[in-house]
Amino acid sequence: MFPTEILLEALLNGLMTGAIYALIALGLTLVYGVLHIINFAHGALLTCAMFLVWGGFALVGLDPYVALLPVVPLMFALGYGVQRWVIGPASHGEDNNILLVTLGLSIILENALLAVFRSDTRTLQTDYAFDVVPVGPLLLSTPRLIGAAATLVVTGLLWLLLNRTDTGRAIRAVAHEKLGAQLVGIDVRHIYAVTFGIGTACLGVVACLLMPIFYVNPRSGGVFVLVAFTIVVLGGMGSVPGALLGGLLIGVVESYSALYFGDSLGQLGIFVIFILVLLFRPSGLFGARA
Amino acid sequence: MTLRDVLPHLGFLFALAVVPYLGVSGPTLNFLIAVLIVALAAQGWNVLGGFGGQYSFGHAAFFGSGAYATAILQVQLGWGAWVGLGASLVVGAIVGLAIGFLSFRAGLRGSYFALVTLAFAEVLRIVANAAGFTGGAAGLLIRLQPGFENLQFADRRHFYLLVLGFVGVALILSRWLERSRFGAHLVAVRENEEAAKALGVDTLRVKLGAIALSAAITACSGCLYAQYYLYIDANVAYGTWISVEALLAPIVGGIGTAFGPLVGALALHGVGEATKLLAGGRPGLDLVVFGGCLILAIAFAPRGIAGLAARVLQSRSAAREGR
Amino acid sequence: MLVVEGLTKRFAGLLAVNNASLSVAEGSITGLIGPNGAGKTTLFAMASGFLAPSAGRVLFTGEDITTEAPHRRARRGIARTFQIVKPFAGLSVRENIAVGAYLRHPQRAETLASATLIGERLGLGPQLDKPAASLTVAGRKRLEVARALATEPKLLLLDEVLAGLNPAEIRDILPLIRAIRDEGVTIFLIEHIMQAVMTLCETVHVLARGEIIAVGPPDMVCADPKVIEAYLGPGAAARLNAAEAPRA
Repeated sequence: MFPTEILLEALLNGLMTGAIYALIALGLTLVYGVLHIINFAHGALLTCAMFLVWGGFALVGLDPYVALLPVVPLMFALGYGVQRWVIGPASHGEDNNILLVTLGLSIILENALLAVFRSDTRTLQTDYAFDVVPVGPLLLSTPRLIGAAATLVVTGLLWLLLNRTDTGRAIRAVAHEKLGAQLVGIDVRHIYAVTFGIGTACLGVVACLLMPIFYVNPRSGGVFVLVAFTIVVLGGMGSVPGALLGGLLIGVVESYSALYFGDSLGQLGIFVIFILVLLFRPSGLFGARA
Repeated sequence: MTLRDVLPHLGFLFALAVVPYLGVSGPTLNFLIAVLIVALAAQGWNVLGGFGGQYSFGHAAFFGSGAYATAILQVQLGWGAWVGLGASLVVGAIVGLAIGFLSFRAGLRGSYFALVTLAFAEVLRIVANAAGFTGGAAGLLIRLQPGFENLQFADRRHFYLLVLGFVGVALILSRWLERSRFGAHLVAVRENEEAAKALGVDTLRVKLGAIALSAAITACSGCLYAQYYLYIDANVAYGTWISVEALLAPIVGGIGTAFGPLVGALALHGVGEATKLLAGGRPGLDLVVFGGCLILAIAFAPRGIAGLAARVLQSRSAAREGR
Repeated sequence: MLVVEGLTKRFAGLLAVNNASLSVAEGSITGLIGPNGAGKTTLFAMASGFLAPSAGRVLFTGEDITTEAPHRRARRGIARTFQIVKPFAGLSVRENIAVGAYLRHPQRAETLASATLIGERLGLGPQLDKPAASLTVAGRKRLEVARALATEPKLLLLDEVLAGLNPAEIRDILPLIRAIRDEGVTIFLIEHIMQAVMTLCETVHVLARGEIIAVGPPDMVCADPKVIEAYLGPGAAARLNAAEAPRA
């Protein structure tokens, strides 16, 4: 048995990692809930965002947190364009096609980054990367704490966007009843692209929060994306609160299994959960879709 | 199925069989063998994904199981390579049946099936990377012992012919799917499962039969891979690369057709090589082209190269009739 | 031939079919009618094995098949069509029919011959090599029947095969249904077009709110006040009678 302090620290670390996971999953689940597609390019888009943040820092010394300002709108534009002019037209509205087009996109993005940046792993050197905040007997990493707090803020903003704005109402209308939304004059293709854009903008936020504590190489996004799929399935495809809870839960599970079984088997636990949920509870642990 | 049904297929195989004797260079032969191994894996994917409409994103699970089956038998237990080949087929089919039974019984299809197969392949990769009998992260090295009984050949052309033999068997099997009751049932499941049931098709059994056959073919490809390079590790055998390759080739070549995977693999890798030559040695560029081909095929050529060829032939014969 | 005893289906609190019993005599054309949402298609789905009943039994030629899978029932000789047609869109019309024909003919040549014959019989001759996706609504309905017929059934369940057809198309298809019966295939059909029911069926069962409320020859059933009320609302029968009374 480990002493309580270590267990507590693992719990808090798990929750903080889980918050980042949740934010990645949030974008994925939003796109699923509205467009009913599984976006395989989510991981590659995250990698793109991380390279953007890294590039900003390496070229002009842009602080990753300040980089939120340009990176988030850029990622939104990228997501909007990709859905509007690539995924939408190329897939002819068939589920299997959408899956393959997003797979094709992820192959292109990942390998284009590989061709440009090679497979080297890069990190950012910030002054605050190793800052800690004392909480009781524990020392918590400041950037991770910021990440967790930012996740909550972004989730709240997203909720406001979906529930308090006209665009949000249109998004929910399209998610609920595409044909009906079209009949009342909502431009479904635009709303699809906006939703996809919001999903990728979430990745922009994630990239800015992640870069102070993580590295980037052309395959970085892949590390997170399968975890994000697990969270989305666990929380119920398309459910925003499900993604949040699922993210935190997976973060904690990963943290504890790494503590008990080591890193690589900790990953195994996630996939086993993923398979079991898909096989036995495909609607997710937290009930039906939002 | 009569001889006439497979005449074009036999002709194509014969044409491929003489290629190494036309004085092609060593690297070219190397390249062709690698493409044929990929084509075989893709032919396996096409049985389940093309004819059966069940898109697997984790055919690495079968490729890797085939590769590890033969490697473990030879390296750890000292058995012969031919026994290893047989074992690969059997192990592949069993892994396929197990994954298929769990997923199809749970009613998974479409994206959910794609995700679950991907996860199974990842689980196997992590386990193979950690377990002892798989050689762990260091992988397994099969001893170099050229000789027919060891499935190793001093003359690369012979290995080429061996792989082509298996590709040929898979091609004829695919052709059989186009002409048989089992194939018709499989296609019916792809098009509409409910309607197939109403017409007396045992859809679960058909899907299980398809995944077993599909997995065995892809496992055979994995076995040949291990046999050719004489080395495997978890990231190669169970890596995402082969899952992607296995589905790319049929989609680009012509999904659900006998020729599709073979034509697709040859075309894709031909273009990939050309890209590498033109753009220099940057890694990943050929894959960028592959991804582009995938999206273009889905957008503009839903039946792939085979579909385009059929369209051209049709319009030509229509033009002739018009005259 | 087909006997249904106390069949009940509950969907999360909603009683779709409630304790329905009926029988379809061998060699007959039997109808199942009822207002929208009465549970007709649900009853068909239970008879063909696509839905498991919450209670009750389904018997076919005297054997209990309540829990049998649809494909097994097809092998026994029960074929069905779908109200919302389900063509194999990517296949040709002939290949569509062949999937049904393969049930009794393992060889490709025989199957294709049988599929061609059935296709021509249902007036699909010119379209046999065209993709099923190119068929009109009437063509798709015919394809549904052709595919089901290709399984060489003893009992044919037809779910609204006339819906969406124009009068001329209906006129063409009615003799076909009768001819199929005359060859020894028992027919059980759901239909909304009363004219067709009146001319085709010997016996009609009326389902309303999940319950069988009347059985008998079509003209008798249509005069039944309970049936009129089920279609037109409570008191309708009395109003109709009152309206007719002064004239008499």
